[in-house]
Amino acid sequence: MNVLVCISNVPDTTSKINFVENDTQFDTNGVQFIINPNDEFGLTRAIWLQQQQQAEVTVLTVGDASCEAILRKCLAIGAQKAIRIDALPTDGFAVAQEIAAHCKNESYDLIITGRESIDYNGGMVGGILAGLLGMGYVTNCIGLTISGDTASLSREIDGGKENLSAALPLVIGAQKGLVEEDDLIIPNMRGIMQARQKPLTVLPSQNLTPKTTISKFEKPQPKGAVKLIAEDQLDQLIELLHSEAKVI
Amino acid sequence: MSVLIFAEAEKRTFKKVGFEVASYGRALADQLNVKLIAVAINTDDVHALAKYGVDHIVQIDTVALENFSAHNYAKALAAVAKNQNAKTVVLSSTANARYLAPLLSVALEASYASNVVALPVSLDPFVVKRSCFTNKAFNHTTLSGAINLIGLASNSYGIHEKTSQPEIVSFSVDVEQDLVQTQSIEKVTGKVSIADADIVVSGGRGLKGPENWHLIEDLATTLGAATACSKPVSDMGWRPHSEHVGQTGKPVASNLYIAIGVSGAIQHLAGINASKVKVVINNDPEAPFFKAADYGVVGDAFKVVPELIEKLKAFKAGAH
Repeated sequence: MNVLVCISNVPDTTSKINFVENDTQFDTNGVQFIINPNDEFGLTRAIWLQQQQQAEVTVLTVGDASCEAILRKCLAIGAQKAIRIDALPTDGFAVAQEIAAHCKNESYDLIITGRESIDYNGGMVGGILAGLLGMGYVTNCIGLTISGDTASLSREIDGGKENLSAALPLVIGAQKGLVEEDDLIIPNMRGIMQARQKPLTVLPSQNLTPKTTISKFEKPQPKGAVKLIAEDQLDQLIELLHSEAKVI
Repeated sequence: MSVLIFAEAEKRTFKKVGFEVASYGRALADQLNVKLIAVAINTDDVHALAKYGVDHIVQIDTVALENFSAHNYAKALAAVAKNQNAKTVVLSSTANARYLAPLLSVALEASYASNVVALPVSLDPFVVKRSCFTNKAFNHTTLSGAINLIGLASNSYGIHEKTSQPEIVSFSVDVEQDLVQTQSIEKVTGKVSIADADIVVSGGRGLKGPENWHLIEDLATTLGAATACSKPVSDMGWRPHSEHVGQTGKPVASNLYIAIGVSGAIQHLAGINASKVKVVINNDPEAPFFKAADYGVVGDAFKVVPELIEKLKAFKAGAH
């Protein structure tokens, strides 16, 4: 079984978000980059498939050379091969097209993306990839077992979950629940040393015209100060929520 | 030329987000000076859309689409969009809409922006404002497709009434076997889901253990609210993952968010930032949540919450 895990290089979840160059660029100064959490849940599930069902796990990212650090981390976690497509990921559709161009030359049985990246929050790469490749697609995936060439899956829906089945090949959008937070693999020294010897291939960009472009970033308006209500004045809170905020 | 919206339904009745998307679509169609067309799949009362300014309703009714299928719903919407010469397509941000949107963008070769929070910043070029960095920022995205697809963020535009007399036509679609088959659906019954809730009541580590969750549940019941929790609470197994709200959990965009015993880590605040009004109840006045909240009570949740429930019951039973 060949498994591809698509990885996005994102700012750590605790990062302060600021912009530079007239609010046209994200300020990377002092920001630590991590594997997108949704992708990491997917990677962990892929490593289990490797350990239990002899899957070969390849990780892939679309980005410049600065993304190689997290690819090495994925190799240290246990992926066998890494691929970097040398293009700037500015538009989700173009990113999916770059990945699809690679996948057409390979025979992946399972392609895992995160349900969304925590920086752009597009939530589109997996679905567009599935559409371009003509594969089945399940996102918000919180359960996956593979037996032969069939997958049984669960998808989180608003107010519950849906159980599904699908034939491989398949694209899934991973999220927390596919594996638990405690299941995430922290690379050990042996893994880190081995990762240095594992192949990391750089592929050229398809030089696509993006369908969307970001012209500017904005930060939310600063908030007014909190109105404090004494704990023995709860009637006042109810009155404020009713008359001022008009939410009850 | 037209603006096309998908008015989602559940159990043959339109969901509230269907009306929000219709309201947004109406305003957008007015700006573009084109017709607003709504697609309704398996619904009983399409006339409900006449309250939101829809000019034309394309009604699809087939047992083959009884279960949601991202592939076939995208295929049906693409067929209508092409048939109606739609240049702009607007979807909601429900789990199903976000699931089918990328497939629809492939089918229409459309430019797609999700999490759009307002009417376009500019029509030509077509620029929308969308949230990013999990609600910690916004960006202006230019969509340059022959067809542009927008995912409207939940509770960002609101519902605005405008009466119309829509023309209703039936439309039939080809339904293929989806590569993905639904086997069963497990829905929690008798509870409001976080996605649909106007009010969300959320508990954190300050509640000390799952045995105290009746406080959260009782307050939620009193308010007709959904229940939610912080990440540590779901990681410790006090509550199911489906209740975890925050950056790696569910986003919340309710009208009112009440956080009890939640300190307000940056990842939690990001996930709930799209909520309109935030209330915090915490015994630690230094908790970061007080900086993000509109209203705050510094106090012991075990004392404040039961009293708040009683007072709310009295308020609800009163003249209001």
